[in-house]
Amino acid sequence: MHTKRYILSLALSASSLMCFAQANISPAKKQSKTIAITGATIHVGNGTVIENGTILFGNGKIISVMANGQVPQDDVMRIVATGKHIYPGFIAATTNLGLTEIEAVKATLDFQEIGDFNSHIRSIVAYNTDSKVPATLRSNGVLMAQPTPQGGTVSGSSSVVQLDAWNWEDAAIKTDDAMHVTWPVTPRFRGGFGGFGRPQQSPEALAERTQAAIAQLTSFFAEAKAYSEISKPEVINTRFEAMKKVFAGNEKLFIAADSQKDIVAAVNFAKKFGITPVITGADEAYLVIDFLKDNNITLVVKQPHALPNNNDDDVNMPYKNAAVLANAGLNVVLSIDGYWQQRNLPFMAGTVTAWGLDKEKALSTITLNAAKAMGVDKTTGSIETGKDATFFISAGDALDMRTNKVEQAFIQGRDINLDNLHKQLDKKFSDKYSAEKK
Amino acid sequence: MKKILLAIGLVISTTFLFAQQTTFPVNGSFDTRPGMFAFTNATIVVNANQTLTNATLLIKGQSIQGVGAGLAVPKGYVVIDLKGKFIYPSLIDAFTSYGLTEGPAQQRGFGGQRQSIFVSTKKGAYGWNESIRPETYVKNIFSTDSKKADELRKVGFGSVNVISRDGIARGVSAAVTLNEGADNSVILKDQTAANYSFNKGTSSNDYPTSLMGSIALLRQTYYDAQWYGKQKDEYNISLDEFGKQQTIPQIFEVDGWQNILRADKIGKEFGKKYIIKSTGDEYQRINEVKATGASLIIPLTFPKAYDVEDPAEARNVSLSQMKGWELAPTNPASLEKAGIKFALTAFGLENSRDFWTNLRTAIENGLTEKQALQSVTEIPASLLGISDKVGSLEKGKVANFLISSDNLFKNGNIIFENWVQGKRFVVNKMDVSDVRGTYNLNVDGVGALTLKITGTGGGSTAAIERVGTDSVKTTATFTRNGDWISINFNLKKNPKGDIRLSGYITSANPVTIKGESALADGSTGKFTATYKEAAKETPKKDEPKATLALGPVIYPFSAFGSTELPKQETVLIKNGTVWTNEKDGILQNADVLLENGKIKAVGKNLSASGAKVIDATGKHITAGIIDEHSHIAGAGGINEGAQSVSAEVRVADIINSEDVNIYRQLAGGVTTSHILHGSANPIGGQSQLIKLRWGKSPEELKFVGADGFIKFALGENVKQSNFGTGARFPVTRMGVEQTFVDEFTRAKEYEKALSVKGNSVRKDLELDAIVEILNNKRFITCHSYVQSEINMLIHVADSLGFKINTFTHILEGYKVADKMKAHGIAGSTFSDWWAYKNEVAEAIPYNGKIMHNVGITTAFNSDDAEMARHLNQEAGKSVLYGNVPEEDALKFVTLNPARMLHIDDKVGSLKAGKDADVVIWTANPLSIYARAEKTFVDGIAYWDIDKMHR
Repeated sequence: MHTKRYILSLALSASSLMCFAQANISPAKKQSKTIAITGATIHVGNGTVIENGTILFGNGKIISVMANGQVPQDDVMRIVATGKHIYPGFIAATTNLGLTEIEAVKATLDFQEIGDFNSHIRSIVAYNTDSKVPATLRSNGVLMAQPTPQGGTVSGSSSVVQLDAWNWEDAAIKTDDAMHVTWPVTPRFRGGFGGFGRPQQSPEALAERTQAAIAQLTSFFAEAKAYSEISKPEVINTRFEAMKKVFAGNEKLFIAADSQKDIVAAVNFAKKFGITPVITGADEAYLVIDFLKDNNITLVVKQPHALPNNNDDDVNMPYKNAAVLANAGLNVVLSIDGYWQQRNLPFMAGTVTAWGLDKEKALSTITLNAAKAMGVDKTTGSIETGKDATFFISAGDALDMRTNKVEQAFIQGRDINLDNLHKQLDKKFSDKYSAEKK
Repeated sequence: MKKILLAIGLVISTTFLFAQQTTFPVNGSFDTRPGMFAFTNATIVVNANQTLTNATLLIKGQSIQGVGAGLAVPKGYVVIDLKGKFIYPSLIDAFTSYGLTEGPAQQRGFGGQRQSIFVSTKKGAYGWNESIRPETYVKNIFSTDSKKADELRKVGFGSVNVISRDGIARGVSAAVTLNEGADNSVILKDQTAANYSFNKGTSSNDYPTSLMGSIALLRQTYYDAQWYGKQKDEYNISLDEFGKQQTIPQIFEVDGWQNILRADKIGKEFGKKYIIKSTGDEYQRINEVKATGASLIIPLTFPKAYDVEDPAEARNVSLSQMKGWELAPTNPASLEKAGIKFALTAFGLENSRDFWTNLRTAIENGLTEKQALQSVTEIPASLLGISDKVGSLEKGKVANFLISSDNLFKNGNIIFENWVQGKRFVVNKMDVSDVRGTYNLNVDGVGALTLKITGTGGGSTAAIERVGTDSVKTTATFTRNGDWISINFNLKKNPKGDIRLSGYITSANPVTIKGESALADGSTGKFTATYKEAAKETPKKDEPKATLALGPVIYPFSAFGSTELPKQETVLIKNGTVWTNEKDGILQNADVLLENGKIKAVGKNLSASGAKVIDATGKHITAGIIDEHSHIAGAGGINEGAQSVSAEVRVADIINSEDVNIYRQLAGGVTTSHILHGSANPIGGQSQLIKLRWGKSPEELKFVGADGFIKFALGENVKQSNFGTGARFPVTRMGVEQTFVDEFTRAKEYEKALSVKGNSVRKDLELDAIVEILNNKRFITCHSYVQSEINMLIHVADSLGFKINTFTHILEGYKVADKMKAHGIAGSTFSDWWAYKNEVAEAIPYNGKIMHNVGITTAFNSDDAEMARHLNQEAGKSVLYGNVPEEDALKFVTLNPARMLHIDDKVGSLKAGKDADVVIWTANPLSIYARAEKTFVDGIAYWDIDKMHR
């Protein structure tokens, strides 16, 4: 009785919100009561599943996770989720979410600074909690993200945020979690339209330019590292200051590299500075699996919904890539380009499942593995005692668009509003047509 | 005596038009010589079919006086004894830009940055588009080029066709000899051919920006030239010249076999038979090339070997590159075998010296010497209409011939002289005796050695060998100046140090060389080299023939191509979940029978004798996916964006059968794709519906019997909000409306004029397409986003009396669904795209659901080669966003697009009689877990996950 009433009131409050514009979708209030969700299939995020499980959480933290229909005896608010599925909030890695609103409108683009060595650039200060996009992600289960600067060779620092916040300060789960580097690559000439195109520069000249860029990157790191050893530098260099955390091991190093040669070069580069990097992109990682395992490298793999790089590649290679790598024992994070596209993140994990990876392991690629790569796994990434109560209830398999039905979601214990601009516009016009029908 | 000679001279000079009359003044005294030469005792290759031995060639001035065995040499002739030597007609290159200062035209890629130049800025009363430049006459701009001529003569060429390679209509080429002297004196034929290409060259006009635009412009120019002759309103040099040039041969330069087919198609439309210069990949589709009936001019450019030693780099060398490297040298043989008439050109070779290397490689790969000779002499002569002057050695023809040491095609043959217009050009000294051979060499203080002289020019390299005690083999430095010869070598021991020989040829037959020797210790003496025998050719030259084992041609010529296409079979798919898209709905444990490319039956417990049975237990069977909005399989750009209306361009002209995305789409269950023009302008080009018959030719991909469509577009792209210079009208949605109003108004007037004045009206391909729309013979699919512009076009259509068939993208369709429904307009949208432009700020994933619920025929399209690979799952998103029933959801990517493309009588559902375009899925097709196992088009399994070959 108690529980039912609760659900009913929830539904009512949600529907009453429908009439308001996006601006009125407010961040949820702090968790006030301890809640027990019972009867659900809990997808923990670490590869395991708890059938008929119970999650007890209070003050925003998971108090305990119980199996086999165990329920707490305490006087807590109960949510019966029998037959439903609970997942840890999905984490959108390396995204420009909150840093872009409309791709084609320059004024809304805040993810790419000019310059080649921008280690001092920080995404968190530009993260826009009032963007209309995050709400459209939450309703598919994406509850956290890593807004990431792009461009240049050293792009700057990302941060990890949760997607229900008043401002970037309370959005932040971890600021400056990782420094992002793009490994310089030699562009390959693929021919213009109709074969009339001609390369602008010779392959040799292009390769030389790449080598020069790598040399610059190497000296940037070498000088920054030396600088970090000076206790009181005569002249403050903000770029080098920003690198201190990286050398001290307090900020991760993400390097984007795709070809097998570049991946190996990028890893060896970082190792020279005593850093184990996370490799992002990683299109050809499957060709250097042993090397990556030997070096214990975490990979942030690009979206499976991509065309193969080469005409001759297995047409389904992008679908299989993450599965091949994860099955080989590598720590794999799945990512997807863009910001609004992040609502498809669960289906990327679904695709990887279809092409060979165990479903719970695929789930880990967008939850616990991501949290580990960003250094936030102590507080989030899985449904385990002591971690943030950031998870959602779906009526069905959330990795499949056929069955992803997010009914209720919690971020740090807060019962968030799942409404969004799209639902509101749907309602507005659906109501118009049904009224006209009558 | 003198008198008689004079009389003969007079008689002869009156019979030849090459007599030395000239308007050109001479600075100093005249030096007119008889110019009479007799070449005796030669093997004369008159043409590929006739060789005379021990024959004589007589020339006088610029002409051949006689060719024959036992021909008497009249007095006054300089006799040149060519015993043991060969005479060939000089070679002819039908495709050069020799003597043109501008050189080859700048090859501008399609789709480059636009300059906002709409009408030509060229001075003079020429046409509007600078890429149509038939007013170019090579005879007016040509000038002899000693350096280049020398280079070509050394290869063996005596005359060439000179083409100004700039523009789409390039004007008239001229045939010239490679003689030195005044430009006037070398012209063989002043108008050999009118020339064309698909490349706009240096034209500063924006239009065309695409291959299909080039094709459309050329097509329109043919019509304009026809019209020009019948009208008095316009003075236009370009059209005048274009019209005048239609009676001479027509040469079309293209890039690749697909462009041969494209050029040929235009030719057939206008009754032209082009001579087509292509790039040497004809072997990849020899049958289609043969079917054009075109004569070809083919280069001898063969790809260099790729560096595949580093596996990491080898990955980036594609199968088509590797196979191209392997098979390109077989191209000439392949053309010969197919019976295609073709000339060979040195055009495109990095170094003209490669000509013989590559020609010999082609011969090793099956080209006959006879064909090779014809392709560099008689055939180019006949293509250019200069057979009466050059190409064979006959009386009265121009004295263009080669003297060679041997059969021209034999390895090691030396071209001694190349005579052009009766003028001698020495390539290699002929009077130098041939000293090649093995010699007994005796050097004072050294003893008996063997000397071997080999190489070109009668000997250019030497080697020394000693057998027995202190046996040694070493190369020697060999230098020769006429009869003087010096040879340096080092035997390492006995004696140590350099040995230098310097001497002369004392006897020519057999050769004996005598002279002084100097050893490293300072002692001097004599040496004698006595001819022993002919030097044996090094055997490595024959090796390639022995190891030649070439792979087959594959279709397409790339990864996932096959030597033989999969075949149509009778297939019984048993016991699956069958999504019929018909009244039967979704049938459990049902069968589908495919026969003769059609669906024979759908139902339970079907049987068919001889059918290949596929057990589909646990699997799902659907109709093939139809992508209403695709841009795959196009060549040379999919946008003709220079003008706000480009209704004249046709995607049909540029279908590229080799695009790997065809195969990739099949792997995602797609069987039919609607290839649309881009959205760069309010009225774009005519689209082409294709079936994904991977491996077939471009023409065979086309969906037969489908209605024609045309792309319209609204909003940011046509306003060029996010690109372009902002100079092209329109730049607002207000201007977009008036673009349509104006175009349709003009089209109506045009149609009326046609009905009144008939053929005297200038045929306008752009307006023809609009008239087709007005007459319900062509249908609109319109790229659209926001409700205001959608509403606008509906109003324009109503007021001007045309119909909109489909709004594509239509992301705000949900806001005007009632209006679309009232007008019977279909909506083909994205499942969930938004936020990428300002006009999609209110795009919602519920759009499909709302349009569907209002009763609009609703589809999801891809607009993207990647998304097309999982359109089934995009359809699945309509279940997520809006709870569309699953059966209806699948129709968003099958039956509904078929309806809006007017092909639902043929495809889109599983029903007896429809095309056997069928997909077998591993799971519910709307699920993310579904993979396409087999994709049938016309009953042929072009995709089979078990056979994924490469």
